[in-house]
Amino acid sequence: MTYDVPDTGEEFLTESDAAEGYPLWEVFVRQRRGLSHVHSGSLHAPDAETALQAARDVYTRRQEGASIWVVPSTSISAFEPEAALDFYEASGKEYRHATYYQIPDEVGQM
Amino acid sequence: MSAAAPIDPEARFQSIVDAEDKIEPTDWMPEGYRKTLIRQIAQHAHSEVIGMQPEGNWISRAPTLRRKAILMAKVQDEAGHGLYLYSAAETLGVSRDEMFDLLHRGKHKYSSIFNYPTLTWADMGAIGWLVDGAAITNQVMLTRCSYGPYARAMVRICREESFHQRQGYEILLTLCRGTHEQQEMAQDAVNRWWWPSLMMFGPSDSESSHTEQSMAWKIKRVSNDDLRQEFVDMTVPQAEFLGVSLPDPDLAWNPERNHYDFGAIDWDEFWAVVKGDGPLNRERIEHKVKAWEDNAWVREAAVAHGAKKRRETAA
Amino acid sequence: MPPTTRSQTKWARCEMSEVSIVTISGPPQGAPSIELDPHVAYLLRLADDNLVLAQRLGEWISRGPDLEEDIALGNIGLDHLGVARNLLTHAGEVEGAGRDEDELAMKRTERQYLNLVLCEQPNGDFAQTMARQLFIDAWQVPLWEELSESTNETLAGIAQKAVKEARYHLRHSATWVVRLGDGTSESHGRMQAAVDRLWRYTGEAFLGDDVDEEMMARGIGVEPTLLRPRWLETVTGVLEEATLEAPEDDYIRAGGRLGYHTEHLGHLLAEMQWMQRTYPGATW
Repeated sequence: MTYDVPDTGEEFLTESDAAEGYPLWEVFVRQRRGLSHVHSGSLHAPDAETALQAARDVYTRRQEGASIWVVPSTSISAFEPEAALDFYEASGKEYRHATYYQIPDEVGQM
Repeated sequence: MSAAAPIDPEARFQSIVDAEDKIEPTDWMPEGYRKTLIRQIAQHAHSEVIGMQPEGNWISRAPTLRRKAILMAKVQDEAGHGLYLYSAAETLGVSRDEMFDLLHRGKHKYSSIFNYPTLTWADMGAIGWLVDGAAITNQVMLTRCSYGPYARAMVRICREESFHQRQGYEILLTLCRGTHEQQEMAQDAVNRWWWPSLMMFGPSDSESSHTEQSMAWKIKRVSNDDLRQEFVDMTVPQAEFLGVSLPDPDLAWNPERNHYDFGAIDWDEFWAVVKGDGPLNRERIEHKVKAWEDNAWVREAAVAHGAKKRRETAA
Repeated sequence: MPPTTRSQTKWARCEMSEVSIVTISGPPQGAPSIELDPHVAYLLRLADDNLVLAQRLGEWISRGPDLEEDIALGNIGLDHLGVARNLLTHAGEVEGAGRDEDELAMKRTERQYLNLVLCEQPNGDFAQTMARQLFIDAWQVPLWEELSESTNETLAGIAQKAVKEARYHLRHSATWVVRLGDGTSESHGRMQAAVDRLWRYTGEAFLGDDVDEEMMARGIGVEPTLLRPRWLETVTGVLEEATLEAPEDDYIRAGGRLGYHTEHLGHLLAEMQWMQRTYPGATW
């Protein structure tokens, strides 16, 4: 359900006295054989066992046969594409791409 | 391709948005965009969670086992939707516990519609038909929101929403074809939920200070007034089919506009409810806070146990 | 072989396996036993267990310790409701008097409900709910496993589906009992109190009577006492890991299977049946 909640002009606060809760876990689900695990979202749980149970309830709706991975969010190392400009030398490496090579039609799919 | 010249991050941000591409969590974004999104997504999530209360009120008294099962499943869906949305908001750097805290202290709002009581079984029908109907009107728009995690959460929510409105309409259809008492029950519920449903779309855009900026950032894609009109046009024929009247003497088809004209909304009621003086604002928050505080010992135990296990494994 | 209770036994004393002499409290002198075809009674007993549990678990919705647990409890409640509906429908068919799931759920009185008294115990705090669920789950897993082999195909089919869900439920309740028993001193205290409070209701599931004997003879039902060793093994294992004590109590409150309940069931049914009793004959 989506609702437009109007701004009543109150100061938006990001500070709060909320105590530390459960850690955050990222959830990866493989819906069925032949597919790969896909990032589905996140949830809070005190440990891996609960995270798995919760992920099953929330992200697979109790589907039989779905494979679930849960990973503490803090364990994930990430690389972001905007860093690519520094990371890769973009020129001169076309031979790494299959389209560089011409294969005669007689050879068939490759 | 040679090394790129330094790009102005704000220009780059806006060009991604203008191209109908998605902003992802690690992209640079204006602070206003981030704050507006946190508030909008969090309040959307809070709406799902608070919304469990009015419907949860009738689970123990559902008139048949089938209706009980459907209602339980619907409310569970709403909890799940809240969860997806909190997760999306967390990618912007706020924790779920912080968002709950802001809700509990009244600093965050939720949709005004949930401050009304569910007095009869027919309210389950009216809520499913009108409130979910209003939500659906908004939903497709939000799947096209510029912020990736929010748009993706909305796609997931849309996929799961399909039965929510239908089951509400089916409840009312059964009542309207039932006994005289059931028909009266249905009409009474519609009388109480119609105007609050129209108010869900928020104030007229001329009153809303944020609409223009939200449109530029593609957080909002259609104006409040346009969404409200779309909802009315869709719903009036559905009411006619049910055989219920809508409590608006000014409701009439306008062939020149090709839309339904409808009466003036009582904005005093709307603002009172938004500011916390509706029929159930205090109780909704008290209920939420009680559940949270009464069970604090459970969460503390889970954290303590988790810590013990980690120490044991490490040893 | 310990003597099984007959439906007209009141203050019986009997041996429960090799452990101890226990006192069973059931219907008092003068209370008539329920007149019902044994096959129908057998099915209604199992149906009512699950329906009453579903009703209790539904009460947690919007009141759980967190969103994930709200979803979990709701889903477990839905599982129990699904099993109840299947069993009620089947019971109505076996009875052959035209009673469907709603007739049976909404029109039977508190003396006609045949659930274990354990199921109707209030949720209390989260520890009490988890204790109740653990005691039920540890019994339902071997129960459904045995009933998966029932000579009655419909019952076997229902059991085969239910056992998968019951294993998931047991994992959930056992995990929580351990976590709360071995969590903080407050959670330990609450968990122990819950175990102590509910223990007296756990024995009923393993008493047998002439209904069970009849259904066993037909190859449809399972001997209740047979399930106790596995239940005890599961439960004592969980309690040990949870650093909790299993109570030493020689008292069993029984009677639910004969429609002799605790004072809680009446209120539960009043709420559940309100709509159908207030608007008789209506379709919903």
